[in-house]
Amino acid sequence: MDPNEAYSLIDADGQPRSKFTCALADDELKDCFRSMLAVRSFDDICMKLQRGGRIGFSIPNRGVEATQVGAAAALRDGDHIFPSYRDFGMALHKGVPPVEMFHNMFGNGRDAARGRQMPVHFSFVDPVHFFSISSPIGTHLPHAVGAAHAFKVRREPHVALASFGDGGTSSNGFHSGLNFAAVMKVPVVFLCQNNGWAISCPSSQQTGSESYAIKAKAYGMPGLKVDGNDLLAVHEVMSEALERARAGDGPTLIEAETYRMGGHSTSDDPSKYVPKDVLDKWEALDPVKRLRGYLEFRGLWTQEWEDELVASLVAEHAAAAKEAEAEAPPGLETIFSDVFESLPAHLRKQGEAVFDLARRKGDAAAGEGAFPL
Amino acid sequence: MANLTLIQAVNDGLKAAMRDDPTTLVFGEDVGPKGGVFLATEGLTAEFGEERCFDTPLSEDGIIGAAIGMAANGLRPIAEIQFQDFIFPAFDQIVSEAAKLRYRSGGQYTAPMVIRTPYGGGIRGGLYHSQSGEAYFAHTPGLKVVIPSTPHDAKGLLIAAINDPDPVLFMEPKALYRSVKGEVPEGWYTVDLSTLRTVREGDDVTVFCYGAMVPVVERAAATAAESGIECNVVDLRTLMPLDEEGVLEAAKSTGRVVTVHEAPRFCGYGAEISAMIAENVIEYMEAPIRRVTGFDTPFPNTLEHHYLPDERRVLDAIEHVHSY
Repeated sequence: MDPNEAYSLIDADGQPRSKFTCALADDELKDCFRSMLAVRSFDDICMKLQRGGRIGFSIPNRGVEATQVGAAAALRDGDHIFPSYRDFGMALHKGVPPVEMFHNMFGNGRDAARGRQMPVHFSFVDPVHFFSISSPIGTHLPHAVGAAHAFKVRREPHVALASFGDGGTSSNGFHSGLNFAAVMKVPVVFLCQNNGWAISCPSSQQTGSESYAIKAKAYGMPGLKVDGNDLLAVHEVMSEALERARAGDGPTLIEAETYRMGGHSTSDDPSKYVPKDVLDKWEALDPVKRLRGYLEFRGLWTQEWEDELVASLVAEHAAAAKEAEAEAPPGLETIFSDVFESLPAHLRKQGEAVFDLARRKGDAAAGEGAFPL
Repeated sequence: MANLTLIQAVNDGLKAAMRDDPTTLVFGEDVGPKGGVFLATEGLTAEFGEERCFDTPLSEDGIIGAAIGMAANGLRPIAEIQFQDFIFPAFDQIVSEAAKLRYRSGGQYTAPMVIRTPYGGGIRGGLYHSQSGEAYFAHTPGLKVVIPSTPHDAKGLLIAAINDPDPVLFMEPKALYRSVKGEVPEGWYTVDLSTLRTVREGDDVTVFCYGAMVPVVERAAATAAESGIECNVVDLRTLMPLDEEGVLEAAKSTGRVVTVHEAPRFCGYGAEISAMIAENVIEYMEAPIRRVTGFDTPFPNTLEHHYLPDERRVLDAIEHVHSY
């Protein structure tokens, strides 16, 4: 495969470019389509919650659903995901309950991270290892390499997937991650979601290279470029890379060419820098529309089925958001817990001082009872 | 008991930990067959194989990043950063990732790992083989910082650090690698983290120090004793989390305090000790607290022995607070 040409199976309308055998069974295909709609529903609700001032922040995923869901669908049980902040479609597809995600969006007491992180910085261990997300870019690539090394020394047939954007390829972690992975020959797949933008900086300002995929050559691993809005192509290329990793043949870099149809985040106004004609071009390549077209071609889609799916997803997500919003915020003691496994004396002292002040100066939220750790 | 140098004790500690726990592994630059530039890892590849002791590419960011992934996925990595001066490319991985992983995931992911690194001056290493960066790291919530000063402690604290559930930066005073020798128990043992060591008892002046400054302070204290000033010398051993109560008790016991470190003065670790005493037990103080430190300059080469606190400067501070 030419690392500068995107591999693609279906066209803009979802029709096969040429005859191919689909590796996904009918129910898997339909499940992938459902997950893409779920990403869109989750996205829309988060956007409304943010605009309504009920959550502080969100990261729109519109446009990149096929890459996320296609990649996640290729993973097997036991594989670990090292995500970036624009990857929650992978978590949804692997069965993370939306309500768990909304606990994070609201930063409430049931959030796995106890409200310590900004929204969209998820962390899950069940039903999938979706590694705790950090905001600095590219730091998680070497983590995936280390986790893959653990699989290798334990002789486990699992793979670590590191997912990042085109901006991430400029980071230290991209270089050290790919370099270590190739030298150590560990079972890891690097998925670069080239969505066109690093906040407001276009891909042309990230690299002088012909493509991102071709960078793999210098590291000594295969580099593949795939049409990131074609779920079937993403799934196929990912499956091959995962297979290679499981066989002990080392890492692969995949560049999925896609497009961020929304802003970088809810704090960003992309209309200031994204050219309208480019947006129109990518709108015509919408990944949901393309998979819908393919499902219809295969006789697996009806408008009625999709309408029901969307209605049930929106209802489920709205209920989940409502439940999460009603949850109490984390207790004040969670400022001090989980810094270390056990609470050291200086943190106990600082925590007690917070509660003591609350008692003396009157803070109903904090002043009840003693520092409980 | 064996009579070992500090570097031999580190090596002995690594072997004891690796024999005890098959999930431990050692890696870094030149740590494999060569055994490390100071020979701390000598013989490990031969005994434990290339899968458990291996060389990595020359990238501190990659070494620590990979260690975090291993630790989060069930291994016990012991990474070496060849000189503490080279740790800064990994600063992001240490500060933003290893130290925050437990907190930001509510304990779903943790990074039980040790970063071993030689620090400090006295070997004619110039700007980039001499620095003492402990204050950067002690300032980082979620990271433990340990500095031994004797062969016995080097081995026992290292094994304790390897067994610890949280990331530990284990800073080894390279000036002491071969200049101190001491009795070291055979096999596996630990010295508890966050405990102080009383090096010398005395009622007149308390001197807080750690790492390569401990023998310097011991010599100054011996000289002070000749003129009747008895020093209570305390080796802090673990800078984070510090045994604060122990520090305050030791400060109260004499009412006169000197802190000594080779790192620069401004925002140095001595400032924290000084502030802690001022906030909590200032009414016991008979004299202003004195800091003996490196200067607020980069670390010089030819004149390094003027930069490093020596017996003369420590003694001067002891005499000053004693006669105040």
